[in-house]
Amino acid sequence: MKLNFELFNPKGFISEQQTDLIITVVALLLIAVIPALVLTFTFAWKYRASKQSKFTPNVSGNTKLQLGWLGFLILIIISVGTLAFKNSHALDPRKPIQSEKQAITIQVVALEWKWLFIYPNSSIASVNFLQFPEDTPINLEITADAPMNSFLIPQLGGQMYAMNGMKTSLHIMANEVGDYRGFSSNISGEGFSGMKFTARASSDRDFNAWVETARISSGSLNYNELAKPSKNNLPTTYLVAQTDLFDSIVMKYGEPIHVR
Amino acid sequence: MFGRLSLEALPHEWYTLGAVVSLGLGGLVAAIFLSKKKLWGWLWNEWLTSTDPKKIGIMYIIVALLMLFRGFLDAAMLWFQQAVLNGTSYGLSADHFQEIFTAHGVIMVIFVTMGLMFGLMNYIIPLQIGARDVAFPFINSLSFWLYVAGAIFLNLFFVLGGDFSSAGWLAYPPLSGLEYSPGVGVDYWIWSLQISGLGTLLGGINILVTILKMRAPGMTLMKMPMFTWATLCSMVLIVSTFPLLTATLVLLSLDRLIGTHFFTSTMGGNPMMYVNLIWMWGHPEVYIIMIPSFGIFAQVVSTFSRKKLFGYSWTVASLIAVTLLSMLVWLHHFFTMGAGANVNAFFGIMTMIIAIPTGIIVFNSIMTMYQGRITFGTPMLWFLGFVSTFSFGGMAGVMLSVPAIDFQVHNSLFLVAHFHTMAIGGALFGIFAGFSFWFSKITGFKLNEKIGKAAFWCWIVGFFVSFVPLYVLGFMGATRRLDQYDPSTGWQSLFIISFVGLLIIATGAFLQVLQLIHGFLKRNENKDLTGNPWEAEGLEWSTSSPPPDYNFAVIPGTNKIEEFHMPKNTPIGIYVSGFVFLVGFGAVWHIYWLTALGIIGAIICVIIRALDEDTEYKVILK
Repeated sequence: MKLNFELFNPKGFISEQQTDLIITVVALLLIAVIPALVLTFTFAWKYRASKQSKFTPNVSGNTKLQLGWLGFLILIIISVGTLAFKNSHALDPRKPIQSEKQAITIQVVALEWKWLFIYPNSSIASVNFLQFPEDTPINLEITADAPMNSFLIPQLGGQMYAMNGMKTSLHIMANEVGDYRGFSSNISGEGFSGMKFTARASSDRDFNAWVETARISSGSLNYNELAKPSKNNLPTTYLVAQTDLFDSIVMKYGEPIHVR
Repeated sequence: MFGRLSLEALPHEWYTLGAVVSLGLGGLVAAIFLSKKKLWGWLWNEWLTSTDPKKIGIMYIIVALLMLFRGFLDAAMLWFQQAVLNGTSYGLSADHFQEIFTAHGVIMVIFVTMGLMFGLMNYIIPLQIGARDVAFPFINSLSFWLYVAGAIFLNLFFVLGGDFSSAGWLAYPPLSGLEYSPGVGVDYWIWSLQISGLGTLLGGINILVTILKMRAPGMTLMKMPMFTWATLCSMVLIVSTFPLLTATLVLLSLDRLIGTHFFTSTMGGNPMMYVNLIWMWGHPEVYIIMIPSFGIFAQVVSTFSRKKLFGYSWTVASLIAVTLLSMLVWLHHFFTMGAGANVNAFFGIMTMIIAIPTGIIVFNSIMTMYQGRITFGTPMLWFLGFVSTFSFGGMAGVMLSVPAIDFQVHNSLFLVAHFHTMAIGGALFGIFAGFSFWFSKITGFKLNEKIGKAAFWCWIVGFFVSFVPLYVLGFMGATRRLDQYDPSTGWQSLFIISFVGLLIIATGAFLQVLQLIHGFLKRNENKDLTGNPWEAEGLEWSTSSPPPDYNFAVIPGTNKIEEFHMPKNTPIGIYVSGFVFLVGFGAVWHIYWLTALGIIGAIICVIIRALDEDTEYKVILK
């Protein structure tokens, strides 16, 4: 059993930058936190009553000192704030990742209680298993036909909520071949803890082979059957005939219930 | 006739049956004791119907401590499941696990921390500002009883069956909507919050007006003690944001009761509207419980350093800044719902700006110790514990406010560790500091300092042993609210360490109970005769311990002994909240005649009270 500090063991284009950002921000904040702690315990020790050191009961403030640490705190927050602003744009999950290789779009649907991944260009879909080639930008389009979930693969990039009637997007790119842990991070009912999947970044060749196998050996997807609540589903692949399946899942919430 | 309430709904699980039996036995024992000692009249006349803020304060604290006991048991069950029972067949079912963490969150935030704070405020604020009472004594009693009604609602499913909500403490739709949660659980949750929230709003208005209008002559705003200032800020937040909670819950109730679609994606509704509204209340809510502690700590550190508070006006300005900023940051709870980069950056930066005034408050407290004569009474230890935990919690908070980082740690155990650091290290340690600081004022006897210090050390050590592993688990990508996780992740060892921390904290809590019992048994030896055992400054220390009903014979700043009026006790507050309880009960179980009865009854009671002109009695001191 090996402990995996996933946030410090990034394997993706986005997650690597997030890790760097975490470390930089912690370092900046420690500049304020360490003096606060050191001063607290130094003063507590130095000015303990039994020691009878210098006593100035009536000093009730010092404007210069106040302005000093006001400025000090402002400086730290300006630097963290600048980082936050820059990276909010640079690592915006809606922003496509630039690469020489052509991006692949995968559509993600959170169901009760499993993940459905639709590969619209290959006419296949998979449940609780996601495979894609490494070093290739992946455009994830996310929705839900269930309570809110949040789609997250920590080692590859951040998370994005899956909400019914809405389409959110997330862009990730794996830098290394490997199996990464993916799951839902938002409580969505009884089967919530079983909403996990393996995200496999493979070589182009392995990915294509997987798609071919899925095409040959899978049964066709009966969406309404799959959408019924079920827990701890095993990875499965399906053939998808309906080209606008994802859009129809998003759009059905625009209609009155009796039509649905 | 009885709506959804049928025999099948009645308790049948081991834990609900167990609760029925133990509550029944407990009630029976209490009833026999009260009858034997002929104490029913005393209980009703002296306590339950009291309009004295001191007695109401003590009752708030007693109810909140009972709720703390339940919230703690809930935490222990969650922890035990994750540390020991994971992967075994003995564990809690997913649904049960989810009900427990939902209840745990609501109890700890709404009923424990708020209850304890309101208890302290009711007792201490009138004393600190030199007043004999609060502005609206009857409303005060009503607020307390509405809070009690909410607390009963939260525990009602034990006795009456049905489930509690399993949708998390803020019940996001669509999970909390009719489609995914058709049972009574979410309705219990709604009415528990709705009724106690009404009490909180009334209580907030009451204390706000008390501070603004009832200060003794000469006590200008900038002479108010820090706890009064912090309370004022907290009450401003309550008055500003609790109506939002009420409105949001009304909309959610309508969705569930009459089939509207405010918060479902169908028919033009939008669950994200709920998420916005609930956090526009929810974020200020966590500051409502945090800010009063800043005030307590400021007074504690100044008393135990024998110094004036360093930078009083700066601290006041910072408290006000925190208050205002806390209303402008709600979106940081859902950066991950697809808002644009600029929106996220704005709310992220607003959030981290709060660190500036908060930092000033902490630095000013630290600087107060400089060249002081520091003694380490229990309250002072809680202050030092606060600085050690809060610094890290605040740091984690700023990290979470950076949107690009939040995408990774949102909903993770890192987040859980962060807000527990703020709620325990900040709010709860503040309450404990306040308790040990003002205990002798409230009861008239002093507590054993040795036991108090031992309890502190258990709490602080237990806190770190419990929550450092959760920060670490967060870095391992562990998400929260999991009833089951894959053993190959290796998280179990850290969960076990965390559980050991819980046991250490439990030891601390046990010592606190022991300290109370010990103090009570030895109350005659440890009387606080001076009224000011810590040699502290402030009007509350100028009167006896405990203070007389009217707090001050002579209002500070005046010099004539006068006749004055004090409010009579009244049971109307109990009746009104009883009827309001029926309103909620009818709504939960779809017994609409009961709801109608409740509304009419409550209105009639209020009218009766409004027409009653004989509500005060005259006090003539010789």
